[in-house]
Amino acid sequence: MKILTLVRQVPDAEARVKVSGDRVDLDGTTLVIDGMDEYGVEEALRLREGDTGVEEIVALAVGPKKVEDALRTALAMGVDRAIHVETDERFDAVALSKIVAQVAGSEGSDLILLGGQEADWDSQALGAASAERLGWPQLTWTNELKVEGETLTGRHDVDDGNEGFKVNLPAVITAQQGLNEPRYPTLPNIMKAKKKELRKDDLGSFVVQPGVKYLGAEIQTRARLNKMIDGKDPQAAAEQLLDLLRNEAKVLA
Amino acid sequence: MILVVAEYAGGKLGKSTLEMMTAARECGREGPITLLVLGQDVAAVATEAAAVADQVLVGDLPALAQYNPEVWAAAVTQIAKEGEASTVLIGGSRSGREYAPRVAVKLDAPYLEDAIKLTASGDALQAQRYTYLARVTETVEASGPVIVATVKPGSFAPAAPAAAAGEQFDIELELPASRTEITGKSVEKTSRVALSEAEVIVTGGRGVGSPENFAQFVEGLADNIGAGVGATRAVVDAGWRPYAEQVGQTGKTVQPKAYIALGVSGAVQHLSGMGKSKNIIAINKDAEAPIFKVADYGIVGDVNQIVPALIAASKK
Repeated sequence: MKILTLVRQVPDAEARVKVSGDRVDLDGTTLVIDGMDEYGVEEALRLREGDTGVEEIVALAVGPKKVEDALRTALAMGVDRAIHVETDERFDAVALSKIVAQVAGSEGSDLILLGGQEADWDSQALGAASAERLGWPQLTWTNELKVEGETLTGRHDVDDGNEGFKVNLPAVITAQQGLNEPRYPTLPNIMKAKKKELRKDDLGSFVVQPGVKYLGAEIQTRARLNKMIDGKDPQAAAEQLLDLLRNEAKVLA
Repeated sequence: MILVVAEYAGGKLGKSTLEMMTAARECGREGPITLLVLGQDVAAVATEAAAVADQVLVGDLPALAQYNPEVWAAAVTQIAKEGEASTVLIGGSRSGREYAPRVAVKLDAPYLEDAIKLTASGDALQAQRYTYLARVTETVEASGPVIVATVKPGSFAPAAPAAAAGEQFDIELELPASRTEITGKSVEKTSRVALSEAEVIVTGGRGVGSPENFAQFVEGLADNIGAGVGATRAVVDAGWRPYAEQVGQTGKTVQPKAYIALGVSGAVQHLSGMGKSKNIIAINKDAEAPIFKVADYGIVGDVNQIVPALIAASKK
């Protein structure tokens, strides 16, 4: 089995987000591998360690030059080699899935692992769109995964609960919290990762056009009342809060 | 035509469907509004749907007894093509957001995801959506003969019934067989109001102290005021509460009239799931907790002392 993991680079969740003009400004922001994708990378490594016949694990990233750092992190975690399609253009998930499908085809991948939701663009679409282009089934929000031969079993979250599943390879799996606890790259592995292959694929070798135009971004903050009540006297504080909720906010009867 | 795919649960049309109907009526795209109901034994849902739509297409088939993204995508694509839909609106639920991209690929259409606002601009459709853990509001635009969009729950007012009930039509569908076998399902059950429908939500964080305190204070207060119950990721990870109650990036997104956070610190991942609530009320021992920055009303104090007083006082 050959696994393709998709890796994105996003601002650290604790980093402050700022907008300059009509764009989110990432200058000076700490960028990290998307935590949801990290679950996917970790799961690929665990499947191999579980002796399930994983021949190779490749990481793919599409984005600007600095995305190399995220790929190096994946390599340091244990991925065998990486492919970087370098571009400063922003592609929506449906457009991006063309690149994913083409790479999965040329690499002979049987399983694609990626995060269930992007921490920057909040999209959940890339796994499904890639699966559709490849004609593969998909399981999203997976929190348990096992491989036996050509069969994947596991559990994933659905609208009204959690479901066990069984599906044959090839397939797309999107990862989430609970699937595993990603490892930290060790120093020797970080050194080793520097020697691993990080191939550059030219964007021109893919026929891809963005389908969505980005017109603007703004930070809308809702003005909050910030009325603070002293909690030293619990009884009085509780009564004051109830009064405000009933008569000022009018949210309680 | 504007094709809206109905969402329903327990044999009843979901609030999200009525919200999508408002989005369809107000977005400025041309054509009759058609609601598509997919499933098995959905006659009651179809009748409810007819009250709000120009026409209702009903795919009531054994092959649709179980939701599957590939099957749903095939059905919606077929109807969108046959009806020459200009716009396809799908719910921004977990399932909606997993089959909508497939529909977009099948139709070779652009996809606007999780829209909070939809406005036609000439032939194009503009959407607003949240990005960066709901801290940024982005405006995006797509154009083409057909556009697929998912609509974020809670972003539009539910549509009122139309003047006259729409006509219902049974449809025939050519569906692929599902390749995924479902081997067991655990359905989240709660006797309380669902988080997505609740007007008031009481959420507990680690500051509540223990699972016993959670039951006593968070559930106690919620039951006293008829609210839904939410939990933070920390509390779910600790095994105190089921995942179904988790609010935040990897849980549910909610926008109630009042969100009462007990012992919740307010990490960005949590704020991304509840930061759009109309009123935020926070009770926390730590005056520096980030939750207070977004709170309308805050009490700095011990949840274990203040909540019993709140429960007692709200009984009066």
